[in-house]
Amino acid sequence: MCSYIVEKAKLFGTAKGPGSEWMKVDTANVYYDHPYEAQLDHALCVDFVCEAQGGRERVAIEISRESALELIEKIKAALASGDDAHSKAAEAQCSLAGSQAEVAALF
Amino acid sequence: MSYYSGLTAETIEFQGHKGDKGEAYYARPTGNAKVGGVVVIMHMPGWDEWIIETTRKLAHHGYAAISPHLYFREGTGSPDDLGARVRAAGGVADDTVMGDVEACMKYLRAQPNSNGKIGVIGFCSGGRHTYLAGCRLQGIDALVDCWGGNVVVDDPKALNDKRPVAPIDLTEKITAPLLGLFGNDDENPNRDQVNRTEAMLKKLGKNHEFHRYDGAGHAFFNYSRAPAYRGDQAADGWKKVFAFFKKHLG
Repeated sequence: MCSYIVEKAKLFGTAKGPGSEWMKVDTANVYYDHPYEAQLDHALCVDFVCEAQGGRERVAIEISRESALELIEKIKAALASGDDAHSKAAEAQCSLAGSQAEVAALF
Repeated sequence: MSYYSGLTAETIEFQGHKGDKGEAYYARPTGNAKVGGVVVIMHMPGWDEWIIETTRKLAHHGYAAISPHLYFREGTGSPDDLGARVRAAGGVADDTVMGDVEACMKYLRAQPNSNGKIGVIGFCSGGRHTYLAGCRLQGIDALVDCWGGNVVVDDPKALNDKRPVAPIDLTEKITAPLLGLFGNDDENPNRDQVNRTEAMLKKLGKNHEFHRYDGAGHAFFNYSRAPAYRGDQAADGWKKVFAFFKKHLG
């Protein structure tokens, strides 16, 4: 359907498209509707914009419903594995810091 | 005389709602013949290539056609980017669209090629705007609503400052004949909503003809979107559009 329904997600980050500079983004406008370009009847569309800077520029995607669900799962998986890896790295860093102190005490 | 007459097409400036200066695409047959005028109301995705080509198609079939860029107030940019901004802002207000359409009608009537007749055709949200124009604007001779959604509003929350009234509730005010084309697989408007709109038109004795197409959904004229386009149904639909305009606009 053609509607004006938009879900707005508040963000902190940056985005970049082909041939463009990195831009700050603070909002994702998310909707499931007829896409502009993708050859799909309906698409999950996301416009990443910076409303604080007027929201005139955007980085956009139009993907199939299946792609969107896959992306959600992969985002969750990436966050989980990243959190796990980062916590191990933090433990290792503490361990290394202790070793450095012990070594320094020898001199 | 050639079977195919030439046409002239250009982007022109017009004074829209509240005198705002905007741009519109204007295409008309070459020559000095007096012809009917048609306002082509764009679909929600924007003032895109398909709408521009559709405007030329009307001119190719002998009408002076004008398509106002309803998102011109968003400034410059590609049609899809402007469409995204308008969507994020909740769309364009009905009052603004009616002002722009009325201004285009005035523009058409002021041209030396005008035969005095004015039609309005719109697609998607433009179909709804066409229905609304039939209810709110004077001096329209023919209306063509192509799959306009939200003519019937089932959820009162969908009404807001920009779109305060469901067009179906203004049906009493329609004076021009109305042609409606719809795909039976469309979700907005769905079959039930199309039936309810037609029932209202019948109840109020309005001159109308509705055609429903099996195997077609929303935007089935739009050959730039392969999943939506239905060649057979579109070909038949265009024949009905031109027969309708021939009858009412000359």
